[in-house]
Amino acid sequence: MAIFVNKDTRVLVQGITGKEGRFHAGQCSEYGTNIVAGVTPGKAGQNVNTIPVFNSVADAKRKTSANASMIVVPPPFAAEAILEAVDAELDLVVCITEGIPVMDMLRVKIGMKGRHTRLIGPNCPGIITPGECKIGIMPGPIHMPGGPVGVVSRSGTLTYEVVHQLTKQGLGQTTCLGIGGDPINGTDFIDCLSAFQEDPETKAVVMVGEIGGSAEEEAAAWIAANMNKPVVGFIAGLTAPPGRRMGHAGAIVSGGKGTAEAKLTAMRENGIHVCESLGSLGELCKEVFTERI
Amino acid sequence: MKIHEYQAKELFRKSGIPVPTGKTCTNEKDISSLLAGMQTPVAVKAQILAGGRGKGGGVVLAKTTGEAQKAAEKILGMQLVTKQTGDEGTTVKTILLEQGVDVAKELYLSMLVDRDHAGIVIIASRDGGMDIETVAAETPDRIITVHVNPLLGLQGYQVRELIYGLEIAPNVAKAFGGIIRKLFSLFMQTDCSLVEINPLVITNEDEVIALDAKMDIDSNSLFRHSDILAMHDSSEEDELEAAAASHGLNYIRLKGTIGSMVNGAGLAMATMDLIKQAGVEPANFLDVGGGASAEMVENGFRIILSDPNVRGIFINIFGGILRCDILAEGVVTAARKIGLSLPVVVRMEGTNVEAGRKILADSGLTLINATDLKHAAELLAAI
Repeated sequence: MAIFVNKDTRVLVQGITGKEGRFHAGQCSEYGTNIVAGVTPGKAGQNVNTIPVFNSVADAKRKTSANASMIVVPPPFAAEAILEAVDAELDLVVCITEGIPVMDMLRVKIGMKGRHTRLIGPNCPGIITPGECKIGIMPGPIHMPGGPVGVVSRSGTLTYEVVHQLTKQGLGQTTCLGIGGDPINGTDFIDCLSAFQEDPETKAVVMVGEIGGSAEEEAAAWIAANMNKPVVGFIAGLTAPPGRRMGHAGAIVSGGKGTAEAKLTAMRENGIHVCESLGSLGELCKEVFTERI
Repeated sequence: MKIHEYQAKELFRKSGIPVPTGKTCTNEKDISSLLAGMQTPVAVKAQILAGGRGKGGGVVLAKTTGEAQKAAEKILGMQLVTKQTGDEGTTVKTILLEQGVDVAKELYLSMLVDRDHAGIVIIASRDGGMDIETVAAETPDRIITVHVNPLLGLQGYQVRELIYGLEIAPNVAKAFGGIIRKLFSLFMQTDCSLVEINPLVITNEDEVIALDAKMDIDSNSLFRHSDILAMHDSSEEDELEAAAASHGLNYIRLKGTIGSMVNGAGLAMATMDLIKQAGVEPANFLDVGGGASAEMVENGFRIILSDPNVRGIFINIFGGILRCDILAEGVVTAARKIGLSLPVVVRMEGTNVEAGRKILADSGLTLINATDLKHAAELLAAI
């Protein structure tokens, strides 16, 4: 078990003939992911490192039974790429692309209501179930298969940092995923926490948030009401000046809302073990999780 | 991307949203000839991107042409300090001279992307001209909020909700409703993240006019709005931030003494926090991105070193796609090229980290190697 992806996940890559698409499709394949197809309109019949390319997601799914997609297409075309994957009724779409206009994502978000496809991202590192399936741009070797920790984060390299510290402490991971740094995204913290709660192999969770919006506050309240697995939380951006966009489009403190302090308070009040300093996250997890699992 | 009031009003005018008659002026010599054709009163308004212009003395309503002349001369070229500019203030390079309007009623109106509801929210209040955050805090019942589904668009009942809620007189309702609809269309067409009119006024002649205009456009959408991109005014940006942006680096200048260079926005924020926790203050946010090249590292160094407050640098890289040995080569080359003299703490982790550390150690440069983040914090505290 794990959440959302496993060794049976069959992945197609939208934008596989681009430089990024080609590289990351190769990296995922090398890790052991079942990359079964690529999609680039007009390039059907080509192969990218033995992976067959199709003109459309629907066609690729018909011929290869792909059930998940990794999107690595430029921002102007990414929203449409998501909708194409949704219309082809894939189970999972992981959108790596950074820089999609917010208005496009609003339309996608509303257009996806009532559809069964799960979207992870955009502007995210992807998802990995160590040892089974990697759909994304994260470095595979830092992960440790077999659980018991689930990791969910709004960031990319910060997630790698967290995973690395867990691995160093001998704490393996069930599934690690980044939900993306954009203001409008697909899968949210609560979706992931809920899945981790349901997953018998996941015994503990690390949740990594950052300034902007109120997703961490909502997640903290949800954890208090619904989870019996221990959660360690970290928030980036205590020193971020208000009104400035800190790299991620969604990472901004505006009108006094979305501050790191408010998020940390919400976490503490809801029984989450707050990590005060990133350097000791692995040790804190070891301490908290060893008691409880 | 924020645009100036006069630019937003130009977009309003093109969309059929009434704004006062006005002219921009960038040269003191032109003031008198521009004022000659105008009736009094005249509003003289500093055109800077920061908010709080009125309180800072950047907006004057002049009753006579003489007063207007004086105010315009004073404001054009002034160093305008507002709550958003910082203590140094911003030089006013453009002023807007506008025909005064006979105001009967002031309203507040804004539209913005609502990340929590994944839609557009319209916020309106009868208390125009006031700071909306104060209104929201003190008299929340006087604020009307309407959520609009961007796929369905603005509905008639939603417009009526605003009209009734703001107690708009029946003879003005049609004009008011028209403005709401036009503003919503403009919002959607230009990929706005925020449009704010404070105040939106009703005149004694029952006209509805946007006295002010603030627009913020989603930067991610600028590839499809070349007309708006052309409005970009980088003169108010921090010099170093503008230079960094031209190199594709995501840099925000802060007031501390420890510069940092990090790959990834989340890790960059966490690194700033770590610097602060070590007892020193971060001098910047700098995300060199996931695919940083040796050239980007060099540019990053130059930007950080251009800030005279910087006393030390912390490089924190988690190598994934960007391998540590490649990064280390970049750091060593850049440090040699620039003739780096400040202490640099390097913390690397991830792909090929051993090879990377060896390159740093063999370089002969005074780079301080941190084994992990805790160690890095100790080293930073000692700078």
